[in-house]
Amino acid sequence: MMSYVTRDCLSVERLLAEVSAPERGGTCVFLGTVRNGSEGPGVTAIEYSAYEEMVEAEFGRLLADAGRRWPEARIAVRHRLGVIPSGEASIAIAAAAPHRAEAFEACRFVIEEVKRRIPVWKKELRVDGTETWVDPSGHPTARPHA
Amino acid sequence: MTATGTATIRVRLFARYAELVGRAEAAVSVSLPATVGDVVRRLRDEVPAARALPERPLAAVNLRQVKLDARVEDGDEVALLPPIAGG
Repeated sequence: MMSYVTRDCLSVERLLAEVSAPERGGTCVFLGTVRNGSEGPGVTAIEYSAYEEMVEAEFGRLLADAGRRWPEARIAVRHRLGVIPSGEASIAIAAAAPHRAEAFEACRFVIEEVKRRIPVWKKELRVDGTETWVDPSGHPTARPHA
Repeated sequence: MTATGTATIRVRLFARYAELVGRAEAAVSVSLPATVGDVVRRLRDEVPAARALPERPLAAVNLRQVKLDARVEDGDEVALLPPIAGG
């Protein structure tokens, strides 16, 4: 069965193959990439964890919602989990539609809904051995490696 | 009809919440009818480290986000979710 999560490097080509068709003239790809130093220097990687059963269920509902809004679009998405070095992608989305406007809109919709609905968490791993849970709604909590 | 009796709820904790409590899973019993908020209160009563969790966390029942006044039934899985940070 197809899964929306993977622990391997993300393949844009594979996502494009899932959505491409001659009748879809516009394709939009979004890649989310691990930055270094979003909160300060020295982030070497981010460790992504998830409630995986809910991630699968929620992505299914999210893409169904997108399908109702853009019935002619096809969308593929993968979220990578585990330790991801800075510079590598953590999420890839491909949205293809007959025209570019729907492709852009559908792709934007999916990443914004991911930020709101998909139960994934990230912990910044730093050069000095500290690690910090990323809390987009509050204050990060630093703690040393065990 | 409202269910009565006692329900056993599987509670799952993730990411920072699992670290704070020192475990990823617990089973709690609640008297029916009960809500997700009742499950959170019972967890905080029974597991001392769970008092480190917020009183009103984001929650899901059976893989769907719900509000804390959502009802639970015997055998449900309640997940307490730290602020979502995916993508």
